[in-house]
Amino acid sequence: MSVRQTPGGHLLVARSHELLSDEQLAFLHERARFIRLETLRLISIAKVGHYTSVFSCAEIFAALYYDVMRLRKGEPAWTDRDRFLMGKGHAAVGLFPILADLGFFDPAWLESYTRLGSPLGDHPDMTKVPGVDFSSGSIGHALSNGVGMLLGARFQQRDFNAFVLLGDGEMQEGQVWEAALSAASHNLSNLIAIVDRNGYQLDGKVDDVMAIEPLDEKWRAFGWEVHTVDGHDLEALTTLLRAVKADRARTKPCCIIARTVKGKGIDYMETEPGWHLGYLGAEDEAKARETIMNTVISQ
Amino acid sequence: MTQLLSKDSWQYREINRRAPSLPTLSNALIALADAGHPVMAGTADLQYSNGLSGFAQRYPERFVQFGISEQNMVSAAAGMATTGVIPYVATFASFLALLCCEQIRMDVAYCKQPVRLIGHHTGISLGFYGTSHHATEDIAIMRSIANLAVVSTADGPALDAALRATVDYPLPIYFRIHRGHDPVVYENGVAFELGRAIVHGIGKDITIIAAGYPVHGAKRAMEELNAAGHSVGLIDMHSIKPLDEDAILEASARSKVILTVEEHNILGGLGAAVAEVLAEKGRGARLVRHGIRDEYSLIAPPTHLYRHYRLDGDGIRAVALESIA
Repeated sequence: MSVRQTPGGHLLVARSHELLSDEQLAFLHERARFIRLETLRLISIAKVGHYTSVFSCAEIFAALYYDVMRLRKGEPAWTDRDRFLMGKGHAAVGLFPILADLGFFDPAWLESYTRLGSPLGDHPDMTKVPGVDFSSGSIGHALSNGVGMLLGARFQQRDFNAFVLLGDGEMQEGQVWEAALSAASHNLSNLIAIVDRNGYQLDGKVDDVMAIEPLDEKWRAFGWEVHTVDGHDLEALTTLLRAVKADRARTKPCCIIARTVKGKGIDYMETEPGWHLGYLGAEDEAKARETIMNTVISQ
Repeated sequence: MTQLLSKDSWQYREINRRAPSLPTLSNALIALADAGHPVMAGTADLQYSNGLSGFAQRYPERFVQFGISEQNMVSAAAGMATTGVIPYVATFASFLALLCCEQIRMDVAYCKQPVRLIGHHTGISLGFYGTSHHATEDIAIMRSIANLAVVSTADGPALDAALRATVDYPLPIYFRIHRGHDPVVYENGVAFELGRAIVHGIGKDITIIAAGYPVHGAKRAMEELNAAGHSVGLIDMHSIKPLDEDAILEASARSKVILTVEEHNILGGLGAAVAEVLAEKGRGARLVRHGIRDEYSLIAPPTHLYRHYRLDGDGIRAVALESIA
């Protein structure tokens, strides 16, 4: 048994089967590395991209797609799969390699990333990319889309979960809070929002641009169960996600505030917000690749 | 409970129960659900204004109350549609088409989700509630959104037919409808086919092309002018997109004047859509666009506004006569 005390005071008890084995943890570390390396590779095709937006949520991607979500390889349209939505659609470059790896589309598509007529652009398009559960690109819609999916599921008596990855800058969009109200009002307990709290948006620090704290109290006040976790600690993050997903006694939707570092893994990106959008030339990319290969990110 | 003293006193839930066409939306959706279609409905705190309260009572598990959160409602409807249901979401046209324009484009139309967007109390039908509640831009906005059909039915029976005929249409539709108190054109019902106008006649002097509420006045104007010896026709262009170009071209070949009538800004609306067809393919009929002339409506009760803007029978008849003078 593992008992975790969140800063908000909520006690979450993880049962033993929710704890990760050493093998599982090593596998997830390897997958997070894969996501970062593939992001480097795809951005080298486009010659521009959101490295740091992926690097802050690579562990979240890995935990969800390679451990927590109910999926069937090669069956992107399986009716009872768990859904994943990303409000921060600009991190799709880190999602596409996962979807290809899970057999949802031909991995050769990745080579066409952002080229004329490619299904794969900077933002995910559900009409073009099997495995993308909803398109995004306009910040602030995704939580509403997830609410709708679960309302449709409830009417049809399906029990899938919807995981919605939100940027912390996205908290400034009013529609997020409309969706938050409606999810709590409709008791959508299988809705799990994950806020990638990396602290930065285009114009600077989130709390300088438009202050959003205290974030946990806001979500709690909107009727959600709230947990805070280190978004790079794969063991803690995955254990929490497993426990939240397994908790069928919960009647509220659940928000996980994942404390992350924008650009995690590449030191100069972690300290310079200009890297929100950028490009690494061949030598810098090779060095970044080497750094990622030689680093195990655990917190 | 305090008894009301005056028989003239009223409250809106009660008066809406007496609106002849108000239950149309709800009844059509109940019939579709009864027939096994996976329809759901939602509204943003307006279930007594659009009559969905009836559907909510009959099928509570299919009804979603979104509260005053229209953008969330539209995005959620798109999410609902991904699970295989057909969501009908309704609110005032002014909020649906203008406030939620981007959600409609991104989540509904671009994503090709078969959501039915019901914009009610459209045009200037909310009278003295003012510009915030009027929708005289919705056709222009909605018809420029790819993948989205735009339908403007003349009355309750036409709306009923349109809802039933399009239930399996695979793409989204914006329905521009009135407030349920509108006069009935098709008392004995009418067939609806998306993209196929209802041609009441082609006039040698003038053919009126109308959509929505003004069809009623246009039909009366046609009948009165024909009785007075003119040759006047009428096309009910309920499908503004896809547009029935054949009907327009036939009128342009046989009529001296085409008069478009709409409860909408003449910029970007039905008249503009007809003008685009005539400019590219028309055969010489002169076009007169009648509607709101790029301005915000005055404050007045609805019937006074229709008279002022010449969108009632008398007004349309007068505009038609001026057009062929």
